[in-house]
Amino acid sequence: MKTILSGNEAIARGAYEAGCLVACGYPGTPSTEILENTIKYNEINSSWSPNEKVALEVAIGASFGGGRALCTMKHVGVNVAADPLFTLSYTGVRGGLVLVAADDPEMHSSQNEQDSRNYAKFAKVPMLEPSDSQECKEFTRLAFELSEQYDAPVMLRSSTRISHGKSIVELGERVADLPLPKLEKNPAKLVMLPGNARVRHPLVEQKLLDLSKAAVTMPLNRLELRDSSIGIITAGICYQYVREVLPNASTLKLGMVHPLPHDLIREFAAKVDKLYVIEELDPFIEDQVKAMGIKAIGKEIIPLCGELTPGRLRNSFGLPQPAVIPADNLPGRPPNMCPGCPHRGVFFALNQLKAYVTGDIGCYTLGFMPPLSAMDTCICMGASIGMATGVAKVVSNEEKKKVVAVIGDSTFLHTGMNGLMDMVYNNSPATVIILDNSITAMTGRQDNPASGFTLMDDPTNAVNIPLLCKALGAKHIRVINPLDLEETKRVIGEEMERPEPSVIITNKPCVLIKREDVFNKGPVYTVDADRCTGCRACLKIGCPAIEWRPAGDGSKKGKAAIDPLLCTGCDVCRQLCKFDAIGSVK
Amino acid sequence: MSEQIKNILLVGVGGQGILLASEILSEAAMLAGFDVKKSEIHGMSQRGGSVVSHVRYGLEVFSPIVPEGEGDILFGFELLETMRSLPLLKPGGTVVANDLQISPPSVLMGQETYPEELAERIKVQFADFMLVDGPKIAAAAGNAKAANTVLLGVVSKRLNISETYWLKALEKMVPVKALEINKRAFLLGREL
Repeated sequence: MKTILSGNEAIARGAYEAGCLVACGYPGTPSTEILENTIKYNEINSSWSPNEKVALEVAIGASFGGGRALCTMKHVGVNVAADPLFTLSYTGVRGGLVLVAADDPEMHSSQNEQDSRNYAKFAKVPMLEPSDSQECKEFTRLAFELSEQYDAPVMLRSSTRISHGKSIVELGERVADLPLPKLEKNPAKLVMLPGNARVRHPLVEQKLLDLSKAAVTMPLNRLELRDSSIGIITAGICYQYVREVLPNASTLKLGMVHPLPHDLIREFAAKVDKLYVIEELDPFIEDQVKAMGIKAIGKEIIPLCGELTPGRLRNSFGLPQPAVIPADNLPGRPPNMCPGCPHRGVFFALNQLKAYVTGDIGCYTLGFMPPLSAMDTCICMGASIGMATGVAKVVSNEEKKKVVAVIGDSTFLHTGMNGLMDMVYNNSPATVIILDNSITAMTGRQDNPASGFTLMDDPTNAVNIPLLCKALGAKHIRVINPLDLEETKRVIGEEMERPEPSVIITNKPCVLIKREDVFNKGPVYTVDADRCTGCRACLKIGCPAIEWRPAGDGSKKGKAAIDPLLCTGCDVCRQLCKFDAIGSVK
Repeated sequence: MSEQIKNILLVGVGGQGILLASEILSEAAMLAGFDVKKSEIHGMSQRGGSVVSHVRYGLEVFSPIVPEGEGDILFGFELLETMRSLPLLKPGGTVVANDLQISPPSVLMGQETYPEELAERIKVQFADFMLVDGPKIAAAAGNAKAANTVLLGVVSKRLNISETYWLKALEKMVPVKALEINKRAFLLGREL
């Protein structure tokens, strides 16, 4: 049967067909939808972990227990999971283990554009890279087989255009003849003490040599001879752009990007007059081809930064570009917090208190945007708290009071709680605000260990965040309603003054939560035009439901209005109006 | 080969239902026997930002994104976003746009004004431009929320996919309770 699938749906399907029993990961664009699709297959136990390191450890356990396991994350998630990954390559697997790393060239939704292929080489793990949804499915299946055949975890590298692109896929059946998981002790292989690890390391090196030889004849590495004047080595999405822009060029399409099939590369290089390597981000293949003593052109013409597009590839080869209508200078449309978002009031207060805000990863990173403009740093998941501790170590006593870390519930549980442990342990005077909206919102409303539900939507045990902070040793913990502006500003101000670690936790849910009785819309608000003086105070929270309506006489005068279709009745704008012009519709 | 590929861009604001419309289009193209690819960006854009969805179909499609300046049809759900994406279109391309304005944050805050006479400015550059009052026609079909389907009907007339496949795609992608209204909205758009 043929169907249209995204790369992520196809990876989930490939795992199903491969007989995968366990799928786990942490949400991260563009990888999130893989696990949201494995839940469609009852044979797979799918779960969100608190972070990528735990997810990989769960997958390793499933593999050591004898089952096939899939672990998914975005590129930066691999940094978090790197610790187990580097030793997993030594132990190898029992049931096949496939780790999906979804890269985000161009940083459509990421803080950096690191190239995960370097991890495959660094951790000494084979890596496959599909170039469309059909290959996503096939390569996932194949990755499980290779994993068991070579006793190694196998990485599958995707990218935004692969994961979120859709194309036609021919579906297959699930394999049926896999051995049932069963405990089996093998400490010499699975206990990585120095004595055992020294035995394992040479085996890892040998596996990679064996794979490099075997890869020469594997169908996933495909030599396509067309015009022999130009030969192009490429992989993944770049293969599609090459075929689009240089349809007559010969190509060596690599499905396995680590280890490389050296003999096949030599054979291809000998058959073409001029050799190019076309890849997004780092010169990963190119450097290795050049190290083999083969002359090739790559990053001399192909950009190092950002994603490739057909147009950029045309540029690199000096090919004519189609005539286009020049873009007008138009008002931009950046993303914004939703109407009624419980984060808005907190950032409004932080702006007013002139706080130095160490931020974190989530919807609330949008607190950086004007008019809220209340975020000063953002590095990685969980960084806000450790960074607040560090900033407070070096600035004056007066400035220490300004330092506030802001982090979401899911990010706090991911890697923020360790930061709080450090802050409390070392008695930092900084303040932490945990924006607990009961969901992992940015990636599209995923449940987390504090939300009370699993990925499979079953009710479950939930972390109690205030009690957790107390257990970490925090003495000053205050829970506030972030939709009450007076309370929010007052409590944040008081805790900023306190020369000890303190934690403030907000308690209003994300407006996007669809589960019943979590978020309830209030009465819609309206502006009384007779009372509105046009002072613009309500515009300072940047709510998409509030619109400035110019008087239309060419003056700067005008009045505010509220879009009844967007308003959720959060009441925040009413508290800003000094003229009682805003109220709920009776 | 590329002459045989149809390149369609669907643009608008996050939350407008662009992804569903592009899925229906892709499904119809596949049912008609074409190779299909589609690409868009999720994540941050869902928070009310600009959304661009690329759909390409033909005998064999390579790139999932429409090469810059090669768009055949620009299918705009909102006027400012339609204007913004004109550079993706080939000269002489077709523009079908919903007659709808959604103010971006700078306009809501009164720092900028919503550009004036966008429809007229688009018309000057693209002769094959059709402005559709989607919500009004959708209301006639039974529900103003089916405006996207009206526009899909307008776009369908400009593509080499027969009506049967469009209706089959709607049957597959639209929830049963909204199906009849959406079919009517689609056919009304097709008659425009």
